[in-house]
Amino acid sequence: MSHFENLSEAVIAGNEQKVVELTGLALNDGVAPLSIINDGLIAGMNVVGKRFKEGDMFVPEVLMSARAMGAGVELIKPHLLDGEVPNKGTIVIGTVKGDLHDIGKNLVSMMLESSGYKVIDMGVDTAPEEFVAAAKEHNAQVVGLSALLTTTMLSMKETIEAFKSAGIRDNVKIIVGGAPISQSFCDEIGADGYSTDAAAATELVGKLLNQ
Amino acid sequence: MDSRLFKEVAYKSLDEFVYGHAKKPVHLKNGMVIGGGTLYPELNFTLPPMLISESTMPNVITQYEEIIHGACSKALELNVPGMLVEIELLPPCTFNPQWGIEIAKVAKNIMADYEAKHGLKSALRLTPVDIREGKNLKHMYRGEQWDNLMATCKGAAEVGADFLAVESVGGKNLHDEAIMNCDLPKALFSLGVVACHDMTILWDNIVKIAQENNSLPSGDTACGLANTSMVLANKNFIPKVFAAVDRVMCAVRTLVAVERGAVGPDKDCGYEGVYIKAISGTPISMEGKSSACAHSSTVGNIAACLADCWSNESIENIRLLGGMAPTVSLENLIYDCRLMNVATSKGKALEMRDMLAESDRRYDPQAYVLDPAVVLKLSEQIVKGATHLERTKIAAAATITELREAHKAGALDLPAKEVRYLDILEQQLNSIPADQEEFAHMVMKQTTPDKFDPAKYDLTAK
Repeated sequence: MSHFENLSEAVIAGNEQKVVELTGLALNDGVAPLSIINDGLIAGMNVVGKRFKEGDMFVPEVLMSARAMGAGVELIKPHLLDGEVPNKGTIVIGTVKGDLHDIGKNLVSMMLESSGYKVIDMGVDTAPEEFVAAAKEHNAQVVGLSALLTTTMLSMKETIEAFKSAGIRDNVKIIVGGAPISQSFCDEIGADGYSTDAAAATELVGKLLNQ
Repeated sequence: MDSRLFKEVAYKSLDEFVYGHAKKPVHLKNGMVIGGGTLYPELNFTLPPMLISESTMPNVITQYEEIIHGACSKALELNVPGMLVEIELLPPCTFNPQWGIEIAKVAKNIMADYEAKHGLKSALRLTPVDIREGKNLKHMYRGEQWDNLMATCKGAAEVGADFLAVESVGGKNLHDEAIMNCDLPKALFSLGVVACHDMTILWDNIVKIAQENNSLPSGDTACGLANTSMVLANKNFIPKVFAAVDRVMCAVRTLVAVERGAVGPDKDCGYEGVYIKAISGTPISMEGKSSACAHSSTVGNIAACLADCWSNESIENIRLLGGMAPTVSLENLIYDCRLMNVATSKGKALEMRDMLAESDRRYDPQAYVLDPAVVLKLSEQIVKGATHLERTKIAAAATITELREAHKAGALDLPAKEVRYLDILEQQLNSIPADQEEFAHMVMKQTTPDKFDPAKYDLTAK
């Protein structure tokens, strides 16, 4: 098998030690650093994402793969030029004001990070103006809003309004999710996308950023 | 061994371990006896999409009034022998205790009115939100969050809440981290050390408030803990065997409420309640197919085997063809209870229990660990532990063994990827140092203060 195939397999297996070892070998053999990332590490992670979506892998296994990939990327970073470190996009994510639930949001964050996005996690009970400030500060392309309660889901609409008031609504895609949320609610409040779970959220972000 | 730890199980025979009957029934002033032979419906509900603020509070109160009136009216129409109404307050109504207390007062007054005028027996369970979470939390037992939580409990008891309950969150952030990584040692520490420590302090205070204000401290639930595992397992995000092991481990922390003076009925969404009943003899509320309106589960029937109250978890107050959703949901609960109570009156309760168990048991490990025989067997092992940590560890080990044996015997269907995790979890468990300090050090190295800050719990970082 080639460097790339071996690396992909090690990422899929979540074998961090093997990934580090193989990344070092590839670098020593003069393989282009960016190719190691794109054709070895990310290629493996793409398989992981597909298997997770199909129900063939559990979240902890995805996280192990992501950590393995991360270890490989860290080894490669000193060999990359400024700006070459792959980042598929920046996402500000949080649970909306008044809501303390965060496991769904945390899962989405982890899955996005695993897929190569930079995630700014605002935590729970996040006010609209906090989302706006973070989106500006980090130049986010996507803002993710989470709510579990019927009495906090309307905070999503307030948050979207805050982006409009700040004049940056068109600069970001806003996605929503959580147990009481539906596509019709997403449409009603003027969000750009809705997903039912963490796997679908990653796919949704990819679609929105490629539009 | 802590003198408050239960040293043996409450049931010596499987034949006395059944729904509607508890070794330590709870007697209410109106004559209802929970765990005294009758299974009661317990209705829970939530508001439709609306913001809660000072300006919307009149509308919020109107919503609660309509729900309670609708429920009492339906209960009367269907001749219930008694019912529980649970109000799980929403966060703003615990952050602002006066709002939650007003809701409790309005609900209790309506229920008392139906009892006075029509003889409808009912009891109110008031459950504030455990708001000790979030970025602004400075300490678990001091400051705004703690004060408001306690003030809500006290105020609700003063205005007539018959029962106080809570879905406490001690150790939750650490436990969340454990779930997502299927990290059994971390789950063990978060439950057996952090959560049990927190439950002790929290429930000492709730019991005191209840006793001073003529209310009853009912019980807790691992809603934020094992139910998180359950939901993720049911989405195929984590192995179901992890969720099953987590459920039994959570029994030790939920039991702490009873060790500190709670009398039951244990909270509905705490499926580990069956272990609380087995060990302490206190009655429990359970939910199963009746709670599909709130979340899916794989324990729809088996959850009813040992219930003393039968709940719907939560339903949004929206209009359905048959009426407002909480009233419709209560009707379903009433008919479930009627059938099971008739089975009891005809001496068929054990047959009913066994059919409920058999219909679910083999399809999911989370259902398997709710089987009454399994519950008694595992409970007998749990009480052998000398400390909460030891008991939680025993719960994990015994559950892994039980699930493996059940699968080998053909009594439990498990796909290969689930069976593989039984081995992984066992290996993880065997890696845990026997010394608690060493164990704490191991866990602390693998977490961050935003997930677990010992100082916030008055625990010493080792």
